[in-house]
Amino acid sequence: MNKTVNQKAWLFVIPVFILVAFNAAVPLMTVVNYSFQETFGNNVFTWEGTRWFKQILRSDRFHDALGRQFLFTGIILLIQIPLGIFIALTMPKKGIGVSVCLVLMSMPLLIPWNVVGAMWNIFALPEIGFLGHTLNDLGFDYNFTQQIGDAWFTTVLMDVWHWTSLVVLLSYAGLRSIQPAYYQAAEIDGASRWAVFRHIELPKMKKVLTIAILLRFMDSFMIYTEPFVLTGGGPGNATAFLSIDLVKMALGQFDLGPAAAMSLIYFFIVLLVCWVFYNLMMRNEEQK
Amino acid sequence: MSKIRLDNLSHSYLDKQNSESDWALRDINLDWQDGGAYALLGPSGCGKTTLLNIISGLLNPTKGKVLFDGKDVTTQTPVERNIAQIFQFPVIYDTMTVHDNLAFPLKNRGMTKTEIDGRVKEIAEMLELTKTLNNRASGLTADGKQKISLGRGLVRSNVNVIMFDEPLTVIDPHLKWVLRSKLKELHQRINRTMIYVTHDQTEALTFADQVVVMHEGQIVQTGTPVELFEKPKHTFVGHFIGSPGMNILPCKIQNGIAEIDGIKISTNSKIKKSDFVKTEIGIRPEFVSLDKTGIPAKILKVSNTGRHKIIDAECSSGKIKALSHSSKEIPSGSIFLSFNQKYTYAYGDSWIIE
Repeated sequence: MNKTVNQKAWLFVIPVFILVAFNAAVPLMTVVNYSFQETFGNNVFTWEGTRWFKQILRSDRFHDALGRQFLFTGIILLIQIPLGIFIALTMPKKGIGVSVCLVLMSMPLLIPWNVVGAMWNIFALPEIGFLGHTLNDLGFDYNFTQQIGDAWFTTVLMDVWHWTSLVVLLSYAGLRSIQPAYYQAAEIDGASRWAVFRHIELPKMKKVLTIAILLRFMDSFMIYTEPFVLTGGGPGNATAFLSIDLVKMALGQFDLGPAAAMSLIYFFIVLLVCWVFYNLMMRNEEQK
Repeated sequence: MSKIRLDNLSHSYLDKQNSESDWALRDINLDWQDGGAYALLGPSGCGKTTLLNIISGLLNPTKGKVLFDGKDVTTQTPVERNIAQIFQFPVIYDTMTVHDNLAFPLKNRGMTKTEIDGRVKEIAEMLELTKTLNNRASGLTADGKQKISLGRGLVRSNVNVIMFDEPLTVIDPHLKWVLRSKLKELHQRINRTMIYVTHDQTEALTFADQVVVMHEGQIVQTGTPVELFEKPKHTFVGHFIGSPGMNILPCKIQNGIAEIDGIKISTNSKIKKSDFVKTEIGIRPEFVSLDKTGIPAKILKVSNTGRHKIIDAECSSGKIKALSHSSKEIPSGSIFLSFNQKYTYAYGDSWIIE
């Protein structure tokens, strides 16, 4: 059978094409453009080749920011994933408690990033904040605006408060989909609580956990607003994660070329980690 | 091994029970001998699985007691009761190999590795799983997975009772026969009490020595397959068992004699009272024959199944099915039907009058 050739169909793709062009392709290509050139305004560009990339990759400042970023993401994943699973396991399975828990859990997720940052800033202020004041009253020398450890502690605590719920909700959904017969069979087989978790719950949650880890990795790796409002990257550069450092470079110092090169490197790191992680999980799946 | 006794058992999934229909099980009394093969038979939703879960200890009954060898085990866990149960859909541990799946119940009970390996090997051979022992369990077909579930149920040798909850639902028809006869064979070999829940009468009748028929949360009859066939105690048993099921016709009782369409029917029931709301005659199609006298009826349809002919006839009180030899010529139009007295029973309010 011959297919009717109708090129007019392309017309219908135009709106989407324009939309994607303006919100993704054009800005991205602008960044690519900046990353290979030097400009002093007035739309005058000089070709610089890969100079900015080499400069960024060799700079201690970038290495430090990247190190801080991996450390931060690592810490919050190590806390949020186990904590999220644990909370999901202890949540009620039926009755009014389910709705109450779900609503309470969703609350932090619904608060805008900058509000979360502002909330925690005030909450943790050593003089007037509830958390800061209480800690100092209890005899801890706590001041997140001046001490590196305290700044990290507060940033991590804020992120755990804001995002653990996401892991909880995903894990809870995974747990609810397990047939009761699995638990009954395990009970009859005399399985311990740990064995039920290890051999039934964890394998059945594998898919939702993959998604949870991916989402939490990406979000925390690109975190900007909350630490910006809370600590502004300080004290010093102690909590200046990649995106905060990037904005400092691009808008603070107006080094557009190096900043563009850095954002491309940043982008590729996120992409690479996600790709490797996803493939590892999927290969595992196929082996079954 | 033990004798199982259910004493006045009732169960409801609701917190408050206002009417009879709020109960999933009502007044269950049962006595099961050690080493018997029993079947719980009934349509979906009649309470068989609830009853099974109460015996295994997965569920606590609202009222009544469960006794193993005279000992009250009502509040004991499945592990304490030492029972095995196999579920309708395959339950396997995805992360383990077939071998580890089968070994799991033994490992949890602290058996040594040599003991475990011996038992696993024996069970694997019986279920033809030996070749796949080192494969990951999650890679198998539904058949294979259900065999693992069966294996896990059978692997412990000292259990009090082995319970099967419609275990062959997901199995291919031809394999069903094989596995069912395996189970039967196993029962004869290890001589352990087995309870088999099913809604399939063939499965129940071929597996069990004693069949318990359930209907709307109650036990309507307990008996051997022959008893259920020849003398159904309740009209439900009559039409649930047998293919086609029993004919149930409304009748009148006059001076202790049942009448259909004004014709006296001699039955095997001794009718002493007549204050029933509803009275009926039950007769299996196998015992209805075409005759020169009897109930006048009209033939509607004759279907030949190869083994026998099923005759659909109609009298003024309702439809009657009769079976005859497949080679026999069946006249058409108006005929007379007669009932074999030995197998004809009168039912008062659905229960047999003996």
